[in-house]
Amino acid sequence: MNIIVPVKLVPDLVEELSIDASGTALDTAWLRMIINEFDDHAIEQAILLKERTGAHVTVLSTNVEGVDDLLFTAAAKGADRLIKLNGDFESGINNHTLARAMATILRDLKPDLVLTGVQANNDLDGSIGPQLAEYLGMPYIGYVSGVTVSGETVIVRKEYPGGLIVEMEASTPVLLGIQAAEQPPRYVAISKVRQMMKTMSIEELDLSTLDSTGAPVVNRMFQPEATGRATMLPENADNAANQLVTIFKELGVL
Amino acid sequence: MNQDIFVAIEHLRGKVSDISYIMLAAAHDLAHSSGGKVVAILLGHNVQELAGNLKADQVLYADHSFLTDFNPEAYQKTLAKIIDEYKPRAVFFGQTSIGMDIVGGISAQLGLPLVSSVRTIEADNKIISQICGGKIMAECKLPETTALITLVPGGYKPELGQSTQLPPITSIPVQMLDGLRIKLNQYIEPETSDVDISKESLLIAVGRGIQNQDNISLAEELAQAIGGVVCASRPVVDQGWLPTSRLVGKSGSTVKPKVYLAIGISGAPEHVEAITGSDVIIAINTDPAAPIFNIAKYGTTADLFDLVPALTEQIRNIKG
Amino acid sequence: MPERTDYWGIPLNWRPDLIVYSLMFLAAIILLIRFYQQGSLWWRVGQSEIRWNKIHLRIERIITYAIVQTRVLSQRYPGVMHIGLAWGFFVFFMGTALATIDSHFIKFLEGNPYLIYKFILDIFTLFFLLGAVLAGYRRFIQKPPRLTLQSRFTISLVLISVIVLAGLTVESLRLAIERPAWALWSPVGWLVAQAWIASGASEQTLLNWHIGVWGFHLILAAITVATLPASTLWHTLTGPLNTFFSQLDRPVGQLKPVAQTAQNEPIYVKSLQDLTWKQLLDGDACTECGRCQDACPAHAAGTPLSPKQFILSIRQALHRDGPILAASNTKIQGDKLKQLVGDEIPQEILWSCTTCGACVRECPVLIEHVDTIVDMRRHMVIEGQMDSMLQDALANLGRYGNSFGQSDRMRAKWTQPILPKIKDARKEAVEYCWFVGDYASYNASLAEITQKTANVLQKIGLDFGILYEGERNAGNDVRRVGEEGLFEMLAEKNMAVLSKSIFQTIITTDPHSYNTLKNEYTGNGKHPILHYSELLDQLVTSGKLKFSKKLGYKVTYHDPCYLGRYNGVFDAPRRVIAATGCELIEMPRNRTRSFCCGAGGGRIWMEEGVIKERPSEARIHEAVKLEGVQVFVVACPKDITMYRDAIKTTGKEDRIIVKDLIELVDEAL
Repeated sequence: MNIIVPVKLVPDLVEELSIDASGTALDTAWLRMIINEFDDHAIEQAILLKERTGAHVTVLSTNVEGVDDLLFTAAAKGADRLIKLNGDFESGINNHTLARAMATILRDLKPDLVLTGVQANNDLDGSIGPQLAEYLGMPYIGYVSGVTVSGETVIVRKEYPGGLIVEMEASTPVLLGIQAAEQPPRYVAISKVRQMMKTMSIEELDLSTLDSTGAPVVNRMFQPEATGRATMLPENADNAANQLVTIFKELGVL
Repeated sequence: MNQDIFVAIEHLRGKVSDISYIMLAAAHDLAHSSGGKVVAILLGHNVQELAGNLKADQVLYADHSFLTDFNPEAYQKTLAKIIDEYKPRAVFFGQTSIGMDIVGGISAQLGLPLVSSVRTIEADNKIISQICGGKIMAECKLPETTALITLVPGGYKPELGQSTQLPPITSIPVQMLDGLRIKLNQYIEPETSDVDISKESLLIAVGRGIQNQDNISLAEELAQAIGGVVCASRPVVDQGWLPTSRLVGKSGSTVKPKVYLAIGISGAPEHVEAITGSDVIIAINTDPAAPIFNIAKYGTTADLFDLVPALTEQIRNIKG
Repeated sequence: MPERTDYWGIPLNWRPDLIVYSLMFLAAIILLIRFYQQGSLWWRVGQSEIRWNKIHLRIERIITYAIVQTRVLSQRYPGVMHIGLAWGFFVFFMGTALATIDSHFIKFLEGNPYLIYKFILDIFTLFFLLGAVLAGYRRFIQKPPRLTLQSRFTISLVLISVIVLAGLTVESLRLAIERPAWALWSPVGWLVAQAWIASGASEQTLLNWHIGVWGFHLILAAITVATLPASTLWHTLTGPLNTFFSQLDRPVGQLKPVAQTAQNEPIYVKSLQDLTWKQLLDGDACTECGRCQDACPAHAAGTPLSPKQFILSIRQALHRDGPILAASNTKIQGDKLKQLVGDEIPQEILWSCTTCGACVRECPVLIEHVDTIVDMRRHMVIEGQMDSMLQDALANLGRYGNSFGQSDRMRAKWTQPILPKIKDARKEAVEYCWFVGDYASYNASLAEITQKTANVLQKIGLDFGILYEGERNAGNDVRRVGEEGLFEMLAEKNMAVLSKSIFQTIITTDPHSYNTLKNEYTGNGKHPILHYSELLDQLVTSGKLKFSKKLGYKVTYHDPCYLGRYNGVFDAPRRVIAATGCELIEMPRNRTRSFCCGAGGGRIWMEEGVIKERPSEARIHEAVKLEGVQVFVVACPKDITMYRDAIKTTGKEDRIIVKDLIELVDEAL
């Protein structure tokens, strides 16, 4: 089985985010990028399927700063093939553009299963999975937290609110939007990643002309003003505990 | 293209979801400036009565057995046909497990623009989206052609999308689709547990900041002392430290307690959307920039590992 | 004239010389063959390692540890017991050797030399018998749990005791017959001889008994020699060998580097063949004394780790699978054999270790448990076999340079209230570069102490700076978890920042950082590194640090593992405590015997698991038994968190309080 996992880097929310001078995009000077958490789960799910069924896993991403580390880490986890996609990403790229451009490439790779994160924290024009699926002519199921492969049938567990799960199935080829892998993404030792850097190579493919039709134009980006702000209690634990007790009494829970 | 605003109503097992009402409320805002009607699209089988309290100028109702349960492929193709036929000014979808499965495909199929994570509609056709875990807001202009918009909760109260008046319902014909590739097998109910957190009035919630499974006992002890129930945000449940029945958030339960004590929770939108119904939110997080402080009534950056035991002890002393 | 007679009392026409030599020769051959069979497994199965350099130092090691046996003597009862047995045998062996020389080469055992010779032999016989009695009492009455109470030990003890008693009997019989004038030079033998004399047996009878017991003694000795490799006496050969080959190329605070194959591929230990011959020898050298087990905090806490059982598992695997592995030409398929790491030695055991080094310090034959445990951890890390909490911590360390998952820009947040602003050592030249460490920087409840430290340093007028966001976790515990690649990455980053900064000395408040900066950061060695207790001590001595008041607390001090046991810094903190006017009552287990708080070796990043009693709690119980002691002084940030928790969980908040050394200094300033 041929599994492809498109992944991307997104802003690391642990760091502080700020807007650049133009007011329409994030300031990249202080921006740290990290793998999209859901894409990380997609890689993990793909590797789990590989371990169970001997599938072949390809991980691909756009050629931006940090992509090498991203791909070699995937290789250290077990990915068989690494591809980075070349194009003009100076001013960022949206999902509409990327889905169109990637579809051509993915079609040639003939995947049986495409796994990608169900969403990303910097998505502004929907997530890439459903769009990619449409261009590839594959059915799409999102918010998947469990995947089983049985021959050419893929059985998934899709999440609804309230803890409700629905089990759906489709024949390959199918594209899934992964919410969570069956186990949290595994850690790989740095020495293993470094080993991959020596033994594996990343293929480069060029993306055809980028067409951004359908994506929104951002007028401005800003940080939300807190409509309300919590009344802050002291930082000292004992004092804070005191005040909380008073608050609880006032609220009638104590 | 007319100026109507369409809303793709979401329902699950006989109940219209809150996001549908939120979308209707937002749609009315937009319809004001566009001058069109608010039209709700309801797909399903024998679900006419769900149209009952939708605040819409019209309901387009497509009934067929193959639409009984949500099926991404079936719903996407059916809706795409409807949208292509009516060509409204905009169509609203929920940023949910239902809406997001279909809106992207419709955008690609019909070549329609798509803006997601939208929270509010402002005057002059401005739409405000929230991204990056709620830390960044982006303002876009409503795209010109039939615009596909996905909404997140938080900008409108569901009540604003509800009405006591039955809207006019128009049945629209729908063809059974051939060659559907996605099949629904079964629903798997959430594990029944002794506790239904959506009904509890005092919740002690733990998030990533609790760091490991052993530390959850700190929260359990506090809950025991004060008479509350422990619940959790997604990272804790993903790790398996608490069962899904305790999950508060987009994929879990929505809660409306009197007091919601958020311990080590940053306040990501997927979690926040499920707790806005709380009377009072109290947040404990060592990061003063954590978004949870924007919606909490009280907060502190004290270290939870000091504060929670101290609080438990004080409460125990009081209760004797 | 007193002189030694060869084969006294044995009819010469029996050719006793031939009997003795051929029998002993035979026994020796058997010993050598069996030694080779067992010992050759070390180098036939194991990887190579250079351990035969600096011969003169190695000989010193043998003398200190195998002959004088200083480590054994560190505990009184078993020390005296074993010295009695061991030195007894050294002397008996020397006695036989001297007798052989006397017999065949130079006749010197006559006159006074002979008398002294006899006297020494007799005294040591007594000493030996005392040891044997102590051993018997210990093994059958006391039965301490750390011993392996199995019959093979009893057999050895009985065997050697009987040999010695037989020897004594032979001597006493001779004395009873000969009744020489100098009999009192063999006091013990002469005493026993009285029994024979009193029995009234005829000289011929005594002579017959003499021959009989002599023959018995000879045969028993031959048997003991021939069966040595299979008995518990095997340690008499492997022990000294182990001390000879003990590691002396690196300081004890420097972990064994990852071994490499001839093609420079790293070797991660998962099977016997991945271990070096020395690590296999460790298995065979173990005397099963159990001192390591007694000293181990993980074992005391009830985790499945026992350093003794760990080493014995290696021995067990070696004895069972070694011959098969050595016989095959190709690297054997691991499927048929039990895998060492994971099957023979469960992973949980390996993860329980805090790397405190107490086991290594206590071992009488210098076994290096910690290095081997870490070697095996390296394999598990590569395979990803660790609990999710540890995975998260490592992921955070790799990404953010700290285990808390907080941005590196938050590292210096604690400095905000400090005025004047602490110098940035990356931009300004300073005399002291203060490497703060993760816990002191990021942990909210420790911020107060870190700030206090800064204040104290400023008050003293020290010219210091910190590295702000340039600092990363020093990597000590990352290395001990087995993530060598991550350690290298962190060390590279830290060294890059340090090399660009201008300073004289590095100071640190964290013993773990101290250890690795001092012993494992290569190329950084030009800068002296001080723990802050050493710095304070220097300042007190030089007079730069003066205290305005005497605190008068009764305190006890916990020696941090990585400061004390690993780096020998014991007295500096004690002098500082004394200088603040506090009275120090020593913990029962102090200095090199200090009992680890349980946080090291990455344990603080792992799930606790099911434990009986936390090491930190045991330590607090130990401390509160000291009458009048109100303050538990520590010199490590992790100790503060561990002991504050322990005091709470043991409910001793009213009885004792944890204070960092700097808090005493601050109070007394």
